[in-house]
Amino acid sequence: MQEWLETYLPNVADSFPVLQQSILETLQMVLAAGLISFFLGVLLGTVLTVTRQNGILPNPAVYQVLDKLINLFRSIPFIILLFCLLPLTRLLVGTAIGVRGAIVPLVFGTTPFFARQIEASLWEVDPGLIEAAQAMGNSNFEIILHVYWRESIAGIARGTTITLISLIGLTAMAGAVGAGGLGNYAYIYGQQRNRMDIIYVTVVILVLMVSVIQIIGNTIAKRNTH
Amino acid sequence: MIELTHVSKDFGKGQQEVHAVRDVSLSIDKGEIFGIIGFSGAGKSTLVRCINLLERPTAGTVTVDDKDLTALSARELRQARKKIGMIFQHFNLMPSRTVAGNVAYSMRGSGLSRKETADKVAHLLELVGIGDKANAYPSQLSGGQKQRVAIARALANDPNVLLCDEATSALDPQTTRSILHLLKHLNETLGITIVLITHEMAVVKEICSRVAVMEHGSVVEQGDIFSIFVSPKQPVTQDFIRTTSNLQKIEELIAENAPITQLKPGELIVRLSYTERNTSEALISSASRQFEIDINIIFANIESVQGAPIGGTVAIISGARERITAAIAYLIEKNVGVEVLKDARVA
Repeated sequence: MQEWLETYLPNVADSFPVLQQSILETLQMVLAAGLISFFLGVLLGTVLTVTRQNGILPNPAVYQVLDKLINLFRSIPFIILLFCLLPLTRLLVGTAIGVRGAIVPLVFGTTPFFARQIEASLWEVDPGLIEAAQAMGNSNFEIILHVYWRESIAGIARGTTITLISLIGLTAMAGAVGAGGLGNYAYIYGQQRNRMDIIYVTVVILVLMVSVIQIIGNTIAKRNTH
Repeated sequence: MIELTHVSKDFGKGQQEVHAVRDVSLSIDKGEIFGIIGFSGAGKSTLVRCINLLERPTAGTVTVDDKDLTALSARELRQARKKIGMIFQHFNLMPSRTVAGNVAYSMRGSGLSRKETADKVAHLLELVGIGDKANAYPSQLSGGQKQRVAIARALANDPNVLLCDEATSALDPQTTRSILHLLKHLNETLGITIVLITHEMAVVKEICSRVAVMEHGSVVEQGDIFSIFVSPKQPVTQDFIRTTSNLQKIEELIAENAPITQLKPGELIVRLSYTERNTSEALISSASRQFEIDINIIFANIESVQGAPIGGTVAIISGARERITAAIAYLIEKNVGVEVLKDARVA
């Protein structure tokens, strides 16, 4: 392996420990930001769904504020969001660089998108099911838990897949401002030093990551579609 | 059992305000099958949703089982709803759960053990005739089977009332019939009160004991099935009844001057209709024999509604003029409605 690397990908071999570290950092960022965004996204997407006009807990004020806020954050390009959030990041996690510093902007960049994905999935749930559950004497909480969420597992899995994949893209951008990770590796070690093999290897690793996420997402979605 | 008093339901405000239900008062007895019929947009679906407060009436009170639902707290209302089953036009089964899972779902929080729940689910599926489908998913079932699952689910908490919102409208005629038979069977064996919303008079005729006719949000006519069928008062009721019989076709045929309606001199076309519950005599053949006239039946539509014959015949009568007149007098005397539709005696 080592030999093979040295022959065909000499620059990758040179920086192999950095590559390993970068993969780890990317995974850490995707996992941590993904997990936080998932919970926030499910929460916000659910609030959007139930507070809309024909929802089970209509609340125009909450809906409008949340809706506009999500639009606002979604319309800010991520690279600008990164800079805008520097003070907040320092306040929340004590640093604005490294993996820890990247997680705050990643969460801000991903959650609104995630919330929309969740909202779209929940929107797909047949209103007739909600009505049937109400007629059965279900409380709103039961309806959210056992009807909305349960019936959109497949949709949520697909939305999560899309979001995680776009999150991987964002981590590469965060790498540019010192978060580390594969984006940083490809940029500093590859692009700036004109070592193309590093860039190619990074691309292959990213493709693998995306494929694995996609396969897992598809499997969950399929298992939950009857 | 179910008491609606001056129930109204409005949607929207100002210019867009819609009065879906206007001042409806209904009283539905325990153990009966009560039909609510109307064309689409008449407000019948909104009205049935007022019974379990899926739609909260803008005005009026709803009493089910001596409980004023409009006065209950949210929690009490949820408890009360468990005793009011409901089935829908599009079944509304949860696609991610199996048949058994769907039925068991409505028993959540009823305090039954796993085993008891499973036993009850099996019993309910057996009762609605799909005991072998417990592990199937709704997408694998036909429309009729889905509605059976929905019925089993609606019965899971031993309700006293079953609301059926266009429950057979998405089904073919044969399946409709089998679902109606099932409902009738449940009504007879469990004593459950059934409220049935439909736009098909045939459905009402099949199983209801009483019916209310709705138009523009109001109940315009109500009564037991037999009297509604025999003497419908409102035009909309007459329209509905016409849809269940072919006796009205004769007017179109006469207007088109179809060959069957072209009379020889001395003949006439009459429509004879039953207006009494106790019509058991062979009136047509006895009239024919007694008055020596020929009665040629073109259309006949006689059905049994609640055990009494209803409907009538359209026939061409030929014979001597005074004998025909006497025969008609005889039929009228026997409480048969006689309408002369075309008369060639005077031509």
